[in-house]
Amino acid sequence: MATLGAMAADKLGRRKRRQRDDTRIAWLMLTPWLLGLAFITAIPMVASLYLSFTDYSLLSTPRWVGLNNYIQLFSDRRFSKSLDVTSRYVFISVPLQLLFALVLALLLNTGMRGLRFYRSAFYLPSLLGASVTIAILWKQVFGRDGLVNNVLSVFGVDGISWIGNPGTALYTLVILNIWTFGSPMVIFLAGLKQIPKDLYEAAKLDGASAFDRLIHVTLPMLSPIIFFNLILQFIGAFQAFTSSYIVSNGSGGPVESTLFYTLYLYQQGFTQFRMGYASALAWVLLLIIAGFTAINFLLARYWVFYGDKR
Amino acid sequence: MSQSFESVVQSLSTPRAFRAMMRHLLVIAMLIVMLYPLFWMISASFKPNQTVFADTGLIPREFTWENYSQGWTALNYGFERFFFNSTLVAVACVIGNLMACSITAYVIARLRFVGRNFVLGIVLLTIMLPHHVLLIPQYIMFSWFGWVNTFWPLVLPKFLATDSFFIFLMVQFIRALPIELDEAARIDGCGPVRLFFHIILPLTMPALITTAIFTFVWTWNDFFTPLIYLSAPSMFTLPLALRAFLDSTGTSSYGSLFAMSLLALGPIVGFFFAAQKYLVEGISTTGLK
Repeated sequence: MATLGAMAADKLGRRKRRQRDDTRIAWLMLTPWLLGLAFITAIPMVASLYLSFTDYSLLSTPRWVGLNNYIQLFSDRRFSKSLDVTSRYVFISVPLQLLFALVLALLLNTGMRGLRFYRSAFYLPSLLGASVTIAILWKQVFGRDGLVNNVLSVFGVDGISWIGNPGTALYTLVILNIWTFGSPMVIFLAGLKQIPKDLYEAAKLDGASAFDRLIHVTLPMLSPIIFFNLILQFIGAFQAFTSSYIVSNGSGGPVESTLFYTLYLYQQGFTQFRMGYASALAWVLLLIIAGFTAINFLLARYWVFYGDKR
Repeated sequence: MSQSFESVVQSLSTPRAFRAMMRHLLVIAMLIVMLYPLFWMISASFKPNQTVFADTGLIPREFTWENYSQGWTALNYGFERFFFNSTLVAVACVIGNLMACSITAYVIARLRFVGRNFVLGIVLLTIMLPHHVLLIPQYIMFSWFGWVNTFWPLVLPKFLATDSFFIFLMVQFIRALPIELDEAARIDGCGPVRLFFHIILPLTMPALITTAIFTFVWTWNDFFTPLIYLSAPSMFTLPLALRAFLDSTGTSSYGSLFAMSLLALGPIVGFFFAAQKYLVEGISTTGLK
């Protein structure tokens, strides 16, 4: 009895010792991550919050100006323009992109042959979409003598320069974002495979039509994935940069019609060297994205379906 | 009897076969519309400069290699310079992410230590953090170090496990490995470090490959970070070189601009064909772009 107790105590002690040893080794192995957290993430984050309350041009020391930068935003016409441009871009392109992704995923999921080929082919644009090459291509495709106008001229339509016209330039970038619907489509396809087949069998037995099954089985079962894609694509679209920079030579033109938020931030920070003001812009972007994500999570209660009623 | 059976089969199967064919046609038509600009760009890169816009067909009326030879040397440095720079940066970033993220993920997934939940929480929080809030202080810090116009600001963060996305990907993967492996190795007196290198790391290969491919593609395509840190033409990566090319030529030599732009996509398309399985799996499980 006594020996048993001693053995148990010994075992417990050994386990404790091992856990203690793991703690030391664990933190030792986390050294790179800790350094990164401190110097690449945490300290810069605090510093940028501080800088957002200062005037700073890299040459002099930062001068404390309180809330001035944030107050100035309200009267900054280019700031509100960039917000307008970015929100149009986000709220038009992301829903359409997800719609395309969903429709194509449903279409491909009907047991079509060649699924793997189609899936890869539709995915390719997602891999290329953020590159300078594609932005250059877009500039040509929607230019005055571009591909789009060539096709239109077959129908006797004399097209404008879609990229050079302030009324249409942003929508060419919207189309570019929709063009990359392959990655959410692949995620949808993976989600569709997870839906149990017997749900469809049961619905069929109850006389549900194909449309009923889509509305009452597929979409609710897929809603967590739709939600996931929505959050991911929204956050990504808010931060889009390369396409607007290349298409407008970094100006956000024509007439500021492609002035993305991040492009304006870049201009303030790295061509005007207004580091304080750019930091304030960055924090406003963070708040917009965080607020937007929070609203999405709140709304999710009303339309995202979790099978186990969490 | 048999005739009626056949007619039933026919009435069932013909519309179905017809519908399947319509679906294929629809999907193929969409693919053609989507990918046509890419094929057109490839074709245009082989057309003489003056006919790039006039010759709208997919097959060049007049075929030339000139765009490639002229484009290659159109800037102050040959494109071999920019390919070298891009490769150096991308490969270094891949090595950094593989080493730093896998060690961090292993510690979170397998070791029992004080502060584990804190570390995991921070990793999850930083996944969604827009890097713009870190940008300006990072720039100030790196310019204090005298690292503007070097590759350090592009590469060093990867060696410090700052791509939380990949840490998360590997944590999920390592957690799915049987815990009995660890227990058996521990009983044999294997410590956590050796356990990682000899047992966990080899089994994590699929997640490592996914991480490597996406890190490569993202750093290869990245325009924003090089734009901020690299202003000397000798240090340009391919996206910056293409931007400079676009600025210098305007619309005068689209043929060679297209040729160089296409070459810059080469490695990515190569990865796409070589590693589709990992790409698709990577996106399906984690939502990478």
